[in-house]
Amino acid sequence: MRSNIDYNKKVLEHFENPRNMGEMKNPDAEATVGNPRCGDVLKIMLKIRDDKIKDIKFQTMGCVAAIATSSMATKIVKGKTINEAKKITNVDVAKALGELPPIKIHCSNLAADALRKAIENWKKFD
Amino acid sequence: MKIYLDNAATTKVYPEVAKKVQELFVDKYGNASSLHSIGTEVRKKIDEARGKIARFIGAEISEIIFTSGGTESNNLALRGLAKANPDKKHIITSVIEHPSILETCKDLEKSGYKIDYIGVNSEGIIDVGEIEKLISENTLVVSIMHVNNEIGTIQPVEKIGKVCKKAEVYFHTDAVQGFKKIDLDIKDINLFSVSGHKIHAPKGIGFLYIKKGTNISAIITGGGQENKLRSGTENVPGIVGLATALDVDNKNNEIKKSRDKIIEGLLKIHGTKINGSMNNRIYHNINVSFYGIEGESLMLMLDKDGICVSTGSACASAKLKESYVLKAIGVEDLYIHGSLRLTLGDDVVGNEDYVINKIKKNVEKLREISPFKFEKIARK
Ligand SMILES: Cc1ncc(COP(=O)(O)O)c(C=O)c1O
Ligand code: FES
Repeated sequence: MRSNIDYNKKVLEHFENPRNMGEMKNPDAEATVGNPRCGDVLKIMLKIRDDKIKDIKFQTMGCVAAIATSSMATKIVKGKTINEAKKITNVDVAKALGELPPIKIHCSNLAADALRKAIENWKKFD
Repeated sequence: MKIYLDNAATTKVYPEVAKKVQELFVDKYGNASSLHSIGTEVRKKIDEARGKIARFIGAEISEIIFTSGGTESNNLALRGLAKANPDKKHIITSVIEHPSILETCKDLEKSGYKIDYIGVNSEGIIDVGEIEKLISENTLVVSIMHVNNEIGTIQPVEKIGKVCKKAEVYFHTDAVQGFKKIDLDIKDINLFSVSGHKIHAPKGIGFLYIKKGTNISAIITGGGQENKLRSGTENVPGIVGLATALDVDNKNNEIKKSRDKIIEGLLKIHGTKINGSMNNRIYHNINVSFYGIEGESLMLMLDKDGICVSTGSACASAKLKESYVLKAIGVEDLYIHGSLRLTLGDDVVGNEDYVINKIKKNVEKLREISPFKFEKIARK
């Protein structure tokens, strides 16, 4: 039984008020990463117009860090071009949140991975 | 306001216990081995405490060995028996034991012991017949916990004791979670472990009951305290605190009523399951899973609402994620991560609706965020 993970204010703020959370009707692209066995699953949905991310939504089952990084990643890339968005890494997301507890750094991979995968999926159907 | 629902992790020291303990720190601070008056006074305090504990459990005074707590008692039991009986190299235990048993067994495995870790059924209960089948000439000890710390299930330790007695094999039980809460007939139990901080005494004190005639060796050597079985200057404040805590009223019935009311309320939330047997369960434990969400997130939200709980989802490392106890009873993937353990104390009484409503609110919020919707599978 674990507890005691010190999250900073920004992480907690994104956890409590996640941006761009929810479902999207008819997304242009989507991707799901993680798996239910591990307890972390993240789904990203995109609306793309003129090579730009016009809208983005996420759904996450995961820990506080997973939810906060989902929120931050979507906030960062909304309005960006596909090429800009593709370059976003988990480090960028973690940095934007200030700092993540060391054992929670792996959680920030989920959002960056899902985003990249969603963009790849979009290209396939393009 | 804080409602503390984590009494299986530790408990608050009750004021009457703290008062007694304080006296031992500042007034009666002697070393029990000193022959002067301050030392003698302290020796008397230890004797009184040991006597009181012995009477409480129906044991002889010499059968109580004070230790630093549950972990050390479990270590002394297994390693001490192993050391004194080197010809027997087989131990039977269960997969749902506390790490202080499991890790000790793993360590003994490295030095040539064969350990059988028996499973539990979906209710979280051990099959005594399985133990009976596994006992052999080579078996040193059977160690099965009385009450599980996560799901609160009560094991048939008296029956296991009988089986072991018949087979002339030592039986040890980790009684840390059940002690003082559930009556235990120690007739057929050779050794059992107790920890003070689970019963409103201080941390860092406990004891191992060792039945007279048990062949056991010390694993901590030195000045020969505790009948040579546990050297080290006695933790007198702890010892007196532990004995004083025996008088504290557990309020079992009130807490049980609160527990049942909360369970009833929680089960009204869609996609909710109680983990572990409801019939063979300690009165203050709720272990509950919510479909499609993750426990850490839920725990943190409840903390904001002033409710302290713990979660079985150990999402701290990528590997060691879900609770091994919940896994052992076969909780499904989409439930196992959304589990909470609530272990109630008297501050919950009267606050049941608050607890139910906050949990409901936060579960619903996390389900909104989650890609897994219980409603979808429910409709199928
Ligand atoms: C079943 C069980 N055994 C042993 C222990 C260890 O006790 P202590 O904290 O006193 O070392 C605990 C407490 O965490 C427990 O729940
Ligand atoms: S997503 Fe696994 S610990 Fe955060």
